[in-house]
Amino acid sequence: MAMTQVPQSLNFELSDDLKLLKSSLREFVEKELWPIAEQVEETDEIPRGAIDKMREMGLFGLPFSEEYGGAGIGELGYCVALEELGRASAAFTNLLGAHCSIGAMAMHIDGSKELKDRFMPALCAGDKLACFALSEPGAGSDAANISTSARRDGDAYSLNGVKHFITSGDVADYASVFAVTDPKLGARGGITAFWVDLNTPGVTRGPKDRKMGLFGSHTCELIFQDAKVPAENIIGKVGFGFLTAMKTLDMGRLSLGAGCVGSAAFMLEKSIAYAKERVQFGKPIAAKQAVQFMLADMATEIYAGRNMVYHGAWKADSGERFSMEAAMVKRYCSDMAIHVVDRALQIHGGSGFMKETGIERAYRDARILAIYEGTNEIQRMIIAEELLK
Amino acid sequence: MKIVVAVKQVPDTNAEKTFDPQTKRLNRSAIENVLNPFDEYAIEEALRCKETLGGDTTVTILTMAPQRGVDVVRKALGMGADNAAMISDDAIGGSDTMATAYLLALALKHIGFDLVLCGTQSTDATNGIVPAAIAEHLRVPALTYAKKLEIKASAVEIQREVETGYARVGSQLPAVVSVTKGINEPRYPTLKGIMGAKKKEITMLTLADIGADLARIGEAGAKTQVESFTPVGARARGEVFVASDPKEGARKILDFLIAKKAI
Ligand SMILES: Cc1cc2nc3c(=O)[nH]c(=O)nc-3n(C[C@H](O)[C@H](O)[C@H](O)COP(=O)(O)OP(=O)(O)OC[C@H]3O[C@@H](n4cnc5c(N)ncnc54)[C@H](O)[C@@H]3O)c2cc1C
Repeated sequence: MAMTQVPQSLNFELSDDLKLLKSSLREFVEKELWPIAEQVEETDEIPRGAIDKMREMGLFGLPFSEEYGGAGIGELGYCVALEELGRASAAFTNLLGAHCSIGAMAMHIDGSKELKDRFMPALCAGDKLACFALSEPGAGSDAANISTSARRDGDAYSLNGVKHFITSGDVADYASVFAVTDPKLGARGGITAFWVDLNTPGVTRGPKDRKMGLFGSHTCELIFQDAKVPAENIIGKVGFGFLTAMKTLDMGRLSLGAGCVGSAAFMLEKSIAYAKERVQFGKPIAAKQAVQFMLADMATEIYAGRNMVYHGAWKADSGERFSMEAAMVKRYCSDMAIHVVDRALQIHGGSGFMKETGIERAYRDARILAIYEGTNEIQRMIIAEELLK
Repeated sequence: MKIVVAVKQVPDTNAEKTFDPQTKRLNRSAIENVLNPFDEYAIEEALRCKETLGGDTTVTILTMAPQRGVDVVRKALGMGADNAAMISDDAIGGSDTMATAYLLALALKHIGFDLVLCGTQSTDATNGIVPAAIAEHLRVPALTYAKKLEIKASAVEIQREVETGYARVGSQLPAVVSVTKGINEPRYPTLKGIMGAKKKEITMLTLADIGADLARIGEAGAKTQVESFTPVGARARGEVFVASDPKEGARKILDFLIAKKAI
């Protein structure tokens, strides 16, 4: 029986512009990005032309306000967009993620108006690329324990230290760099965020890391040796850098979850199509309950993940605190994407293990999701801390 | 210059289609509707004209559709069109190609135009009559199947696609031009375009606004009637030739093509 009254406070319908954004990006991914995914994998490079098309679409300004040339679609819009882009290949989402979700996001969240006026327009247009440099060889999960130092030197700060595993570190023009300004204070007042031009003397980029997956997206070390950064390039206030990093990562975790949902949904679609078409024992394998149950579980997990992402994004857009939700989204959606792609590979059998289907690539690319932007153990610590405080 | 692009919403080309046995009409509500792919070329061409002409050139989207057709209008606005007009009225249901052209022509007179651009056909009905019929109603020249278009002062010149090449055709403006798929590569609605689209004006036109004669539209005014419909049978299996060497393979293919009078 139909309900007579629909409560107006809960509405799962996307707005008309977000629907158009979704269908438009679906088409863009299908026509422009997915067809070159294998090429990106083989050459370990996103072709220039594709980056230009992404730029024309306005993808580099996705989560930023219109004031600075961004798309002004809010966190929900950004998540809807990344969900679609997650269908392509991790190379594209990593390029955009390092730039939008964290690199330029740190400045967008806490930078002064002057700083944003100076740098955001070129970043939003995709003319300049940003990355996010927090992790160090000695400080991964324990990010508060970084040792890169920033010493005041007249009107500037002098940076010394090594950041590693920095996504897009090889190609980015700028980085949000987190450095210690007061070793005595540690994370509470001792860390400051800097907006650093990576072509500054004293900044060296290490060789590209050799990785398990994510081909087309590179990580490397960023080495600072007496690199001078003007004091006006401080993001926010001296001593508040660790907070900036945490707020930035909160945002990044939601959109990372959105990318997981998109890639998992794509894997499910491919699995359904394959299960209907692949005949064994005289029938399509989709007729087997064992396969049906795999599909049913995949769909259920994707459904849960998508709703978590949208709810977290809605909370972020309403101006509420969402750190715990962001941690939950990151933890659940990354594990979900890894599980779903594993099932997709199982359903595809030996073909899934072959390069042609793109499943084995997605399988390798998914594994990092439970590690970067805070390992899933760290996410559980954040959630538990919120629960027990 | 005022460029108007007439567009249509059509059922997704990839979707499976069914017909209502009673009305003999396509079940449109069950399928997702998209912007007629042919019309994307017309929109793109209009935007390119605007970019080259500059000044006060505007691009208006015109469509005739039920309310939900507003989705395709938004897409066109997201691509960069300036504004839109939409004729929406329950009495329109059941209108055939001639009635459609009649109504679009009335709307065009109502909103004004210098150049009307259309796709060559829609992917649902594939009649390809509307552009010429609109021109006839408006008593302006129709230049069809343009694979290249150029505006010179107050005239338009096109390369009209013909089987053996192309013909150069020109006329004074105002005129109606239909463009082919080869004319350009349509752009995607950009993110900024999409977000900007909601601020653009969509004028809703009723049949009274454009002064339509109700006897000429809908089921009653239709000059054509769908008598019956039959689904297309599944395509027969292709013929497979097995050859021991490339030469023999080539020979078999050649014989086949000759037998089919393809060469
Ligand atoms: C491809 C890639 C891209 C990256 N991009 C960037 C980037 O752009 N910018 C950036 O700053 N960093 C980046 N990183 C670094 C990434 O964020 C770190 O690798 C991650 O935070 C984990 O740190 P770690 O590797 O030092 O592991 P460790 O911290 O050494 O962790 C090792 C294991 O111990 C567990 N562990 C650690 N501490 C605890 C604890 N307290 N309780 C329970 N378990 C614990 C971890 O969960 C993990 O399982 C990237 C890494 C990779 C691989």
